[in-house]
Amino acid sequence: MSPKTTPFHARVLKPEAHLIEKEPYYEPVGDEIALFEAAYATQIPVLLKGPTGCGKTRFMEYMAWRLKRPLITVSCHDDLTAADLVGRYLITGNETVWVDGPLARAVRCGAICYLDEVVEARKDTTVVIHPLADDRRILPMEKRGELLQAPGEFLLAMSYNPGYQSVLKDLKQSTRQRFIAIEFNYPQPELEKKIVMTETGLDAGNADQLLKLAQMTRNLKGNGLDEGASTRLLVHAAKLIRRGIAPRAACRGAIAEALTDDPEMLRAIHELASSLF
Amino acid sequence: MSSPPRSSDPRLTAAASESLGAAELEAQLDELLDAVLSSRRTATRLAQALAPLARNLQDFVLRWAAVIARTNAEMAYQFAAAAPAALAAMDTSTAEAWIIQAMDTYDRQGLYRGSAVFKNAQEFAELAGSQLCAVTFEDVAQVLNLFLCGLSGRRLKLDTAARPYTDTETIHLPARIAIFPTKEENFLVYKAIATHLWAQARFGTFNRDIAAVVAGYPDPERALELFSYLEALRLDACIGRALPGLGRELRKLRGDDEETDPRLARLQSADATVDDTVAVLAETYASLPPRSYSYMGRLRPELIAPVRAARIAKEKAAFRAALKQMLEEDGEPRAAGAEQRFSVRASSAAEDPSAQSYDLLLDGEPVAPPPQVAGLIDSILQDLGEIPDEYLAPAGDGGYRAEDREPSASDVWRGVYHEEGAYFYNEWDHGRRHYRKNWCVLRELDVHSGRPDFVDATLAKYAPQVAQLKRTFELLRGEDKLLKRQKNGDDIDLDAVIEGYADMRCGMELPERLLVKRHKSERDLAVMFMVDMSGSTKGWINDAEREALVMLCEALEVLGDRYAIYGFSGMTRKRCEIFRVKRFDEPYSAAVRSRIAGIIPQDYTRMGAAIRHLAMLLNQVEARTKLLVTLSDGKPDDYSDNYRGEYGIEDTRQALIEAHRSGIKPFCITIDREARDYLPHMYGPVNWTLVDEVARLPLKVADIYRRLTT
Ligand SMILES: Nc1ncnc2c1ncn2[C@@H]1O[C@H](COP(=O)(O)OP(=O)(O)OP(=O)(O)O)[C@@H](O)[C@H]1O
Ligand SMILES: [Mg+2]
Repeated sequence: MSPKTTPFHARVLKPEAHLIEKEPYYEPVGDEIALFEAAYATQIPVLLKGPTGCGKTRFMEYMAWRLKRPLITVSCHDDLTAADLVGRYLITGNETVWVDGPLARAVRCGAICYLDEVVEARKDTTVVIHPLADDRRILPMEKRGELLQAPGEFLLAMSYNPGYQSVLKDLKQSTRQRFIAIEFNYPQPELEKKIVMTETGLDAGNADQLLKLAQMTRNLKGNGLDEGASTRLLVHAAKLIRRGIAPRAACRGAIAEALTDDPEMLRAIHELASSLF
Repeated sequence: MSSPPRSSDPRLTAAASESLGAAELEAQLDELLDAVLSSRRTATRLAQALAPLARNLQDFVLRWAAVIARTNAEMAYQFAAAAPAALAAMDTSTAEAWIIQAMDTYDRQGLYRGSAVFKNAQEFAELAGSQLCAVTFEDVAQVLNLFLCGLSGRRLKLDTAARPYTDTETIHLPARIAIFPTKEENFLVYKAIATHLWAQARFGTFNRDIAAVVAGYPDPERALELFSYLEALRLDACIGRALPGLGRELRKLRGDDEETDPRLARLQSADATVDDTVAVLAETYASLPPRSYSYMGRLRPELIAPVRAARIAKEKAAFRAALKQMLEEDGEPRAAGAEQRFSVRASSAAEDPSAQSYDLLLDGEPVAPPPQVAGLIDSILQDLGEIPDEYLAPAGDGGYRAEDREPSASDVWRGVYHEEGAYFYNEWDHGRRHYRKNWCVLRELDVHSGRPDFVDATLAKYAPQVAQLKRTFELLRGEDKLLKRQKNGDDIDLDAVIEGYADMRCGMELPERLLVKRHKSERDLAVMFMVDMSGSTKGWINDAEREALVMLCEALEVLGDRYAIYGFSGMTRKRCEIFRVKRFDEPYSAAVRSRIAGIIPQDYTRMGAAIRHLAMLLNQVEARTKLLVTLSDGKPDDYSDNYRGEYGIEDTRQALIEAHRSGIKPFCITIDREARDYLPHMYGPVNWTLVDEVARLPLKVADIYRRLTT
């Protein structure tokens, strides 16, 4: 089909019916795969801890593929109510119908439910997962007066960035102590280089320099930067370079500007990048 | 005045033509300046001075003289008289700016002032030169500071000096650089100097005793100069490999001046070390003239040795102590017979030996060292190129020990010691693992009022930042929240109604909560600021602390959070002192302001008691979130009782744990660059932050608070 005649349309996917068919590219960093599989086998929920852009989401996709379960992701925000997760009645025509929320759907079909950035959710929302996250494994659906017992295939997972310093956003002990925690961090340089090269096809020379730049920005963490460049930013910069953007410009757009607005910090990162490329 | 004939630089366009002679020049000037010449004032002298100039410059002067003469002949005369010297000091485009300024001045202020501009050509040249192209240390310090921090390695401080050098902990840079005609190039020189000095430390220049090396030569001065040059060649090659982009720029700064002497080739190879430089020095001393580049610093071996020796000793002790602590935390039983449990191993070979990293092994298994240990390893490698065996034997007391001063506590508090009106607090004895009951005697005192104009002066000094701060905090405060599912409110909650309707159709009751309400989000938050008033904050740290408090109060007033400010200090357990600056129930009044101004450094920092007391005060406030923010300049410390060192750290930690248990969130803002070594242990890995430039403290504190509470 030529692009001209293609109508714009997005594929509509039903998450619970959607199995990831193609193996997502995931480079194991430590023993996280074994840990996750063990947690899955013993039906204990999993908490992924780590800074932004270090491969948590990618890991979930990979594990979903590996375990051949659908993956249902919920991005948490501070307006997320319990009903948003569990479900609610709606009216269609002259009838009321119950519509499951993503969490209920995941429980019903034995999927993996991934609550992304769970600290963002309101505390009263977080507690609805409590009965589901201990050995009862049930989801109470108050409106319907039902309890949903999770099948063995179901798994609850959530992610959390412990680097945030806000005192208002902390995970309650009663929540976090229900989970097996897997810690993520930026991979070792050799591995991260391999990831960048495999993801983008960037040549080894430029990948080396990008990794050095990443390390430099990570040295700046706590000295004016809240976070160093994540693997994701490196992938972005690498993609730009592959498209023919000059490396210095690519680093500015994909890394420096993404990390900070502070003019002196921008300049410093730019000077670092232009020292490398 | 009429618009001048702007041309591209005439030096280029007419360079080939021959200069005019004095007679020819005089004839032309006579014609131009006729109105102001007389028998006693002829153009002869002017013509003679212009005769040696290149033809294009002569044309430049004649052309401009003609233009100026159309406005005023006397001005043209003054111009022609000043031109030869002026054109030696500035290029023609600067000269054009000079002429235009003179004519502007003439237009507005008359002949006398106008001709003064022509006469002061030298001044104009200097000013123009500096404005156009100079870069100053102030311009670049922050960027370079961050740049060096990014480059890794030991954290280096920046300062100025007439000639650049480093003592391996501070990099000294010129106050101003105006070598090149553009700011970009001059910034590049700054960057190149800083990188070069960084490279000296990074790539092992000081791994040899340079003073001893050059002392062996007949002319040590010359030997040092040649050594500097050879070492610069080696470092340029190192930089070229590690930072190819900068390597290219350095090559530009060197110009075409590349060294081709074959004896120097070995300095460029990837495995060259300072030993090679020393060897090449011996080979070439007799015959090679040293060169120098714009970005080369001076080597000051006499300054380096003491700094380096002190650091090596300190880091060795700290490293061994850290290993000991790792062992204790590891807790695994000692493998029988193994006396040396730690070892190091080079991790996967790096192409650049100086970038070689090492893994730390415990009983043959790699262990991840805590960040401060990783930093130590890095710094030790920079100094020694390896981790020597004796470093791997754990020892010491946790790395916190400093030399103990003679405790003579008794006379310190003799006479002040009466306990009425005092609070008593327990202290945690880390060694015995129990509390010493009622060990500390603490009193609340008032801060005496300080200069009344301090707050206004601070607000004036940071006026734009204060405005910005207020805007930011207003946004925070103004964050309206839409409360859903309310019994009463301003609007219908459609989601709730639809859901309720659906529920009703199923036979349930229509819920009551169907409205939304706009609500200024209630920040149910109380914060206690605990300010270090120990003697070590004397001088500008104290100024920065007070300024920071002023800025903070401005922000907090906008925000409406409840807050209190107390200072703490003291000497010995019998005289812990807490200074009231602002109580929770007190408004930000003139009295509070003058107390902020009156904060002055006192004695020591017995932190545990202060934390216990302030936590007690904070717990009397009703709030959902309670924050205890410490503004500190170093680790806990006291005059005696061994509060210094591990004991003090552990007691402080214990006090923080107690506070935490009672529902308080502690956080620490510090300016101590070594904070990484002990603050994570006391406050937890994320509950502290370093502002490593005191001058930025006033700008940072409010911002940190904002991040902390959103
Ligand atoms: N181990 C890995 N294997 C393969 N790709 C990786 C790996 N780690 C990171 N990546 C790359 O980094 C990108 C960002 O990772 P991902 O989106 O999973 O981050 P995240 O941890 O979920 O971040 P956030 O917390 O911001 O959601 C991925 O798209 C992928 O390109
Ligand atoms: Mg993600």
